[in-house]
Amino acid sequence: MQEFKTVEVTTDFLVIGAGMAGAGAAVEGGYWAKENNLKITVVDKAAMERSGAVGMGLSAINQYQGDNSPVDYLSYVRQDLMGLCRDDLVMDISRHVNGSVHMFEGFGLPIWKDGEGNYVHEGRWQLMINGESYKAIVAEAGKTAVGIENVIERVFVLRLLLDKNDKNKVAGAIGFSVRDPEIYVFKFKACLACSGGAVHVFKPRSTGEGLGRAWYPPWNAGSSSYLTTTAGAEMTSQEVVFIPGRYKDAYGPVGAWFLLFKAAATSATGFNYMAEGLAEGGELHNWPPYGKVKPIPTCLRNHLMMIEMYQKGDGPIFIHTDKAIAKIAEQAPDEKAYKKEMKKLEAEAWEDFLDMTISQAILWASKDVFPEEGPSEIMPSEPYFIGSHSGASGAWCSGPEDIQTEESKKEYFWGYNRMTTVKGLFAAGDGVGLSSHKFSSGSFTEGRIAAKAAIKYCVENPEMPEFDSAEVDKLKELVVLPLKHYEEHTAYTTLGTTNKKYDMPVEEVNPNYITPKMAIFRLNKIMDEYVAGWGSQYNCSAITLNIALDLLKLLKEDLPKLAARNLHELMRCWENVHRVQIAEAHTRHKLFREETRWPGYYYRSDFRKMDEDKWGKVFVNSVYDAEKDEFTMLTKPLIHLVDIKEVVGM
Amino acid sequence: MPSFVIDEKCDGCKGGDKTACLYICPNDLMVLDADRMKAFNCEPDMCWECYNCVKICPTQAVEVRGYADFTPLGASVVPMRGSEEIMWTVKFRGGTIKRFKFPIRTTPEGEAKPDGGFGVGSGTLDDQILYTEPASLREDKLWTLGD
Repeated sequence: MQEFKTVEVTTDFLVIGAGMAGAGAAVEGGYWAKENNLKITVVDKAAMERSGAVGMGLSAINQYQGDNSPVDYLSYVRQDLMGLCRDDLVMDISRHVNGSVHMFEGFGLPIWKDGEGNYVHEGRWQLMINGESYKAIVAEAGKTAVGIENVIERVFVLRLLLDKNDKNKVAGAIGFSVRDPEIYVFKFKACLACSGGAVHVFKPRSTGEGLGRAWYPPWNAGSSSYLTTTAGAEMTSQEVVFIPGRYKDAYGPVGAWFLLFKAAATSATGFNYMAEGLAEGGELHNWPPYGKVKPIPTCLRNHLMMIEMYQKGDGPIFIHTDKAIAKIAEQAPDEKAYKKEMKKLEAEAWEDFLDMTISQAILWASKDVFPEEGPSEIMPSEPYFIGSHSGASGAWCSGPEDIQTEESKKEYFWGYNRMTTVKGLFAAGDGVGLSSHKFSSGSFTEGRIAAKAAIKYCVENPEMPEFDSAEVDKLKELVVLPLKHYEEHTAYTTLGTTNKKYDMPVEEVNPNYITPKMAIFRLNKIMDEYVAGWGSQYNCSAITLNIALDLLKLLKEDLPKLAARNLHELMRCWENVHRVQIAEAHTRHKLFREETRWPGYYYRSDFRKMDEDKWGKVFVNSVYDAEKDEFTMLTKPLIHLVDIKEVVGM
Repeated sequence: MPSFVIDEKCDGCKGGDKTACLYICPNDLMVLDADRMKAFNCEPDMCWECYNCVKICPTQAVEVRGYADFTPLGASVVPMRGSEEIMWTVKFRGGTIKRFKFPIRTTPEGEAKPDGGFGVGSGTLDDQILYTEPASLREDKLWTLGD
């Protein structure tokens, strides 16, 4: 095995992950660090220019408050998550987010404007953008803010190091370069876990070459969650997954089609499940109070779809693009105006795909799909962990001091905004639980909020913490173990004719190890079949969840036998270690919450109803003890800071 | 195979300081065969088809063929990304061709200023005001509970 050299980086504040939240942290942290003579460093597994979930681009900014108040936004988020969100965190992002969007425009992001110079809204909260270069533009501002010499790319941070004198305080982190044989050891006063959500924990619907075509990016491997969980930070709402209903197979966006073009969706035989579900006596009335009010929560829209597909067998679900276009055409005064309008709409519809899900454009082109000629299929995806969309999983973080009641302050505030329960460890974006619906702009905003608080922490805690160097030596060996393991055992079985670095003829079979690809398949199969993936039609029970825990235990025991043939596969091995952690946490949370609160995300077949009395006023949290490999489950009170009189829609 | 490299067009970016597709791929999929100075996608089934390798390639050597498990052959979607706009050519399996052009940014590359043009605001480390606020909010003050 090639020798690894150790690179030591000492800084004051380390930003781990440079997606939208990390870019926000760079912009805001860069300023406050300079003001206070502190050093800020950004580390990214990829190239900041196109890393994270916005790397492909986006066609809309999904959180912009405009003239609405933070209370209005809270009403929408609380409704969408079936009552469960942290009022303080949601309103905190909401009050800042306009400023971030205005800054994006200042950076150079083209935002659509109408004839009077006002932003074009897709819905109440959503702005249409020409977002092909959204991430590149925002990353550029972030890099300039911290200085390019303080951005470390292609280094994958694996684990945090704790203070040797205070196990509830971070002191450093360890990772490796995915390009050169280098182990990185970071030493810092504070860090920000903003390393994305988790994809490929559950089995995706396409498992051949299309394995990578998840709705959320395949490089999001649960690292935020792993870093915070294994440092001992309290985690929240790990049971809440997100399942988007999107165009079948390529997962192209439906937002513009539903919101801008007003397309309707029906079952195969034409049942308008959303209108019928809302009507008196409809299915949505079985889920009060959230089902009775518009906008219909995301999970309930899925639920209605799933009833048609799985209970009635009346799938697939169609989105009637043709009828929507015809209706718009009808409103045109003459043929010329119609053609002009159609041309505009066609460009808008295609840009929606080309800006953010190019696969969908290829799929329509390859199947000769013309949306004006007929409907297209939509389909619920596999479950994802994403604290920034209509999901809620992440770290349990302190909120801002000024958005609290006397009662909530005792539970939701401990000194620094967005700090986890571990001192010096902050989180943002997909790393924070219960501040849902922040999307790209809100994640950037949350990164800013966290970075400012982290700099304040560094100023007030000026002493550099120390980690145990013996522990670091042990971890260094662990980091490269899959490479060593491969080298020791590969000669045991026969293998084709070539041994080129990245060019293996077949998946290797060897009784001494598992390859990262087989490990991901093994995890996916457990989660899909026992923990409510699409293969089990999103159903689970205490019995299946306990079977999953037994199987996950065996998988965890085998993880030290992961084998890597090169640095790229070493990255894949560690991504799977990260995924398995959130898989187990998720399974335990699902088992703990004995109700079905988010039908359409998952069903507890042994507790088919929502139980407002028992579970409607609490969050499910957990703490992981890495030394003992034990989870402790607990609940935290859900405290409303404001009364919502009316839900403000989309 | 999601993104793929056309052998005769790729020169491994031998004239540049780095191989462009290796630099940009968010999933670390692109590899350079240094003996031949040719790049390739080492793990096509982990490709998101984000097109960043296609857009950045200086010799237009990288293209995308839709995922084989659900995409019929014959179509192509090809971008040409400039400094201010992107041109897309969508070729359908049946022969239809559509072209689209969209703006990508309003400032010259490298000119994204961290403050977005709003300057430094009134906040201190002890309050909740972010550094460009309240100007970037286009409000007089930051909202708080009770407002």
